[in-house]
Amino acid sequence: MKIIGLIIVGLTGLLLIYATGDFPDWGDPASPANNYLSTRYIEKTMEDTSVPNIVTAVLADYRGFDTMFETTVIFSAGVVCFFLLRVFEKKTDEEGLLRHNATGITLRIKGVEKISYSTGEFDRIDNLWTPQDLIITTACRLLIPFIQLFALYVIAHGHYSPGGGFQGGVILGSSIILLAISHDLRTSLTRISEKGAGLLCAVGVFIYAGTGALCLLLGGNFLDYGALSKILPLDPVSARSFGILIVEVGVGIAVMGSMIWIYSNVSSAGRYREGL
Amino acid sequence: MTWELDLIILAFVVIAALGAITIRDLLGAAILFGAYSFMMCLLWAIMGAVDVAFTEASVGAGVSTVFFVAAVFRTTRRTKD
Repeated sequence: MKIIGLIIVGLTGLLLIYATGDFPDWGDPASPANNYLSTRYIEKTMEDTSVPNIVTAVLADYRGFDTMFETTVIFSAGVVCFFLLRVFEKKTDEEGLLRHNATGITLRIKGVEKISYSTGEFDRIDNLWTPQDLIITTACRLLIPFIQLFALYVIAHGHYSPGGGFQGGVILGSSIILLAISHDLRTSLTRISEKGAGLLCAVGVFIYAGTGALCLLLGGNFLDYGALSKILPLDPVSARSFGILIVEVGVGIAVMGSMIWIYSNVSSAGRYREGL
Repeated sequence: MTWELDLIILAFVVIAALGAITIRDLLGAAILFGAYSFMMCLLWAIMGAVDVAFTEASVGAGVSTVFFVAAVFRTTRRTKD
């Protein structure tokens, strides 16, 4: 069976390599991809949307419908991970490990959820516990604000440089994931809870689709941001640029939420007790 | 960009891809997959598709590697076949 599979895979690979011979050369000016739509985008993007980065304009404006459903795909990925993995259990008499900070003694007790940790006398620790390294926690705590700032820059500067909602959202989400890895899952859940992540996920998609619907209500086509100039003190060209920013923010929020949501579900096997 | 660099990175892509599907240690496969993504990111950047390279670096090499490691941590590290 393995040999048959190998033969099929090999044959398909050879066919694919044979088919690449018909591709136009890389950067060939006579190739179909470079002839019909591209020229229009390159000539008209600045006039239409005043966005210097053509990729962003194509992604969020000319092909905005595609991107809306890409965002929906990310949202569905988060929801699917939730439905497949999440396990709800009663939290009443949960056993857990505590560390007494002054002596370093570890205790296993029942009902760890009910104890108040605000005094700093005890700390919750994971069963598969590796001592939290001071260097790692401090370095990550210092690094995370800068990562988040960079993510916001990537989202906001997508009009002028490579970047945009998807990349910025992933970087924002991974900053929270870094917090969960360097400390523990509970620390990251105090920053963005499970409900918060799911809600952010949905809100992002809602912002995107809502912007499109708003354009529809203002008399334009769906996702035709030029119509936003009726309620904003902007001319239609700047309104398109502004509309791109709004949907990029929506995409960023949705991607960030779903990344955190997927990570918490996968790393804690849906129990939300102990992470990676 | 010089074609030598292109060729070296392409060779690394093939090596990382073959390694990721043949290695028995799943954690190693996750890391090799991250390396594969990063090499692809370099290739995109060389070809001038900077936006795609950025996405590949953040999603492919960054977050999906973390997801794979988390999944391996919660399941098993060795493959059966």
